[in-house]
Amino acid sequence: MDSNIVGVWIAAFLTLGIMSFLYKDNPWYKFSEAIFVGLSAGYWFASLFWQSLHAKFWTNWSPAVQSLFQGQFDYNLLYTGAGILGLMMLLRLVPPIGWISRWPLSVVVGGTAGLYLINYLVSNAIRQIGSTIQPAVTFPESIGWVQSGGVIIGNVLVFAVLLVSLGFILFGRSSTIDLPTPTKLFFFLIALVACGLGTFYSLSMPLNLTGLIIFMGVFCGLIYFFFSKEHTGFFGGAATVGTWFLMVTFGASFGYTVMSRMSLLIGRIDFLLVEWLKVVK
Amino acid sequence: MCGLFCVWKMLKLKVAIFTLLFLLLSCFSAVAQTEEEISDTTASEEPSYRIPKLAPVTNLEVQDSPDDAGGEIELTWKLSADDTEDNGLVSKYVILRSQNRTSDFHIVGVANHQDTSYIDKGTQDGTEYYYKVVTFPKYEGEVRLTREEIDPLMDEFPEFTELGIKDVSMLAEYDRNLAAAFIDEILGISAVAGPVKSSAQWFNSKDLDTFIIGLVICTSVVIFIGLARGGRKLFLRRIGGLQAIENAIGRATEMGKSILFIPGIQDMDDVQTVAGITILGRIAKTIAEYDTKINMPVSRSIVMTTARETIKEAYLSAGRPDAYSDDMVHYITDEQFGYVAAVDGIMVREKPATCFYLGAFFAESLIMAETGNSIGAIQIAGTAMPAQLPFFVAACDYTLIGEELFAASAYLSGEPKQLGSLKGQDVGKVIAMVFIIVGTAFATLAAVTGSETFLEITNMIKSWFSA
Repeated sequence: MDSNIVGVWIAAFLTLGIMSFLYKDNPWYKFSEAIFVGLSAGYWFASLFWQSLHAKFWTNWSPAVQSLFQGQFDYNLLYTGAGILGLMMLLRLVPPIGWISRWPLSVVVGGTAGLYLINYLVSNAIRQIGSTIQPAVTFPESIGWVQSGGVIIGNVLVFAVLLVSLGFILFGRSSTIDLPTPTKLFFFLIALVACGLGTFYSLSMPLNLTGLIIFMGVFCGLIYFFFSKEHTGFFGGAATVGTWFLMVTFGASFGYTVMSRMSLLIGRIDFLLVEWLKVVK
Repeated sequence: MCGLFCVWKMLKLKVAIFTLLFLLLSCFSAVAQTEEEISDTTASEEPSYRIPKLAPVTNLEVQDSPDDAGGEIELTWKLSADDTEDNGLVSKYVILRSQNRTSDFHIVGVANHQDTSYIDKGTQDGTEYYYKVVTFPKYEGEVRLTREEIDPLMDEFPEFTELGIKDVSMLAEYDRNLAAAFIDEILGISAVAGPVKSSAQWFNSKDLDTFIIGLVICTSVVIFIGLARGGRKLFLRRIGGLQAIENAIGRATEMGKSILFIPGIQDMDDVQTVAGITILGRIAKTIAEYDTKINMPVSRSIVMTTARETIKEAYLSAGRPDAYSDDMVHYITDEQFGYVAAVDGIMVREKPATCFYLGAFFAESLIMAETGNSIGAIQIAGTAMPAQLPFFVAACDYTLIGEELFAASAYLSGEPKQLGSLKGQDVGKVIAMVFIIVGTAFATLAAVTGSETFLEITNMIKSWFSA
């Protein structure tokens, strides 16, 4: 029998075992889980031994030691320090001097924090500030600043009318604002006309508000993550807007990531149907 | 009879004349045909290309690349006169390098036409180098060299070797005749530039802006740490999710169930894991005081060691060192989905009352949070991984978003270092907000008015943040 076929059947058996968790916890899942955990732990041990201890430490350190015996200094001899720190980690196995294992931990945590400080500062802060600085509004064509001002004011007015109209449409139906029916109808008609005019106007001379939206999002987001002041008053309002931006971002990210996760499922289904059952070619 | 004889003779004469004429015409025709054939043959032997000798690049200058870690030399030149934007004759510039001014040049790289610079990234610091640039032509003929034709070229034309052209495959786009004519008739070879040595610089002046901004923030952090150590009470606003931590622990205590703590799947070199472990210290202390059980499966050995130390210290400070056990923290596997499979199994079998997910998470976030949700556990998550936050927000009861995780760590620990660090970062945020407002205002004014001055100011501000 082809050994590959045996492998495919074992893989299919374990795949279905893990998927059986969707029904409930069961012996098949427990068996598959134990195999998965045991195999992966063993694999990672071997992988880390060869890729870290051997490839990064031993292959650099041992030639350096040989060079030292020949009277030459090799900078790779500095790996001795790393080796000593690694041995100190193992001292945890000797309870009386187990406290020494904290030293290499301190080196790892402190060294990494310092190493990543610049990377994070540049990628997460400095470049973001530079990218946020852009015109809050841009125009579809080159026009003078007087016309630009007119377009801005006009767009803001249309936006305000739309908001007010929407408010009347919504609150006009509520019991808290009890308006007579003709008045409601009047406002409703005004709202319809405003919406129509606004749509027409926006289509004829729309403003590109991308810069403004990015500015609002970043500014309000920064306020949300500002911890030295209580979120009350204007600060609280801006922080709430920041939360909206965060939630909209999360929603978009959720959908995007779910789609990418589907590829994992498709990969396993593809394995079952194509490689195992061969019902799809 | 005599008349008949005369007629016959006249006919014979005419035939003779016609025959003679025919023969003459045939000869002329044959000669003309031969000349035509010779002419055709000559035409077919002429090369199918017409490329003039290319002008070399001028003003070739070489210098050590500034602001680098060594091993790089920068070449600049003025374009060949034949390298024009429209219908230029140049296809590329071949960069040759040698440690000798007159010989042993070899190819170190190729620059595209219209390029006026090249960085040689393969130099050895302290060694003197000489450079020259060879201009190669465009070729639009139909004939291409075959592999069999390319290989003998190097033997046939030793000039290629002298030019340092060791890889003959780059000639494959040209026909054989063109290759033969390369050296003297077509290639534009620049004057030799050098010598030049590469070296490393201690300071990168391009990152001066980063240095200044980092210095301002770090100075703020140090000042605030000093203030906190000096007994000054630093204000931090309350964070929603933190208030739920104690309730969640209390719930587990009342139900007599355990608490599951997941520190993410990254090692201790990730600052999120560090923040998660710091919060674990506070949680473990409360757990010790309430005499609740904690279960902490980890995927990294160093995290296991650190977590054990943290919980042990928390139990000690709560006055209950005897209640601590190393089994509270146990290693599972480094493999991401193997770890998830095991954690899911623990969840459905032990049914913990509370699950904490504080650290760096990847694709396992939703699998674990969804399983925790299905068993009815109260869940509190915190991570700075943007792609995983939506899943925690959707599946958990409370989520510490991004920097809230680090703020929570500082808030709970109350350590001057962490509090000062957080306040220093707030100073950085204020600086960022100020520059964003000012920069956006100038950018908008530039867009509205078309003013060059406003545009220059905007670009200047942006350049400070373009590290």
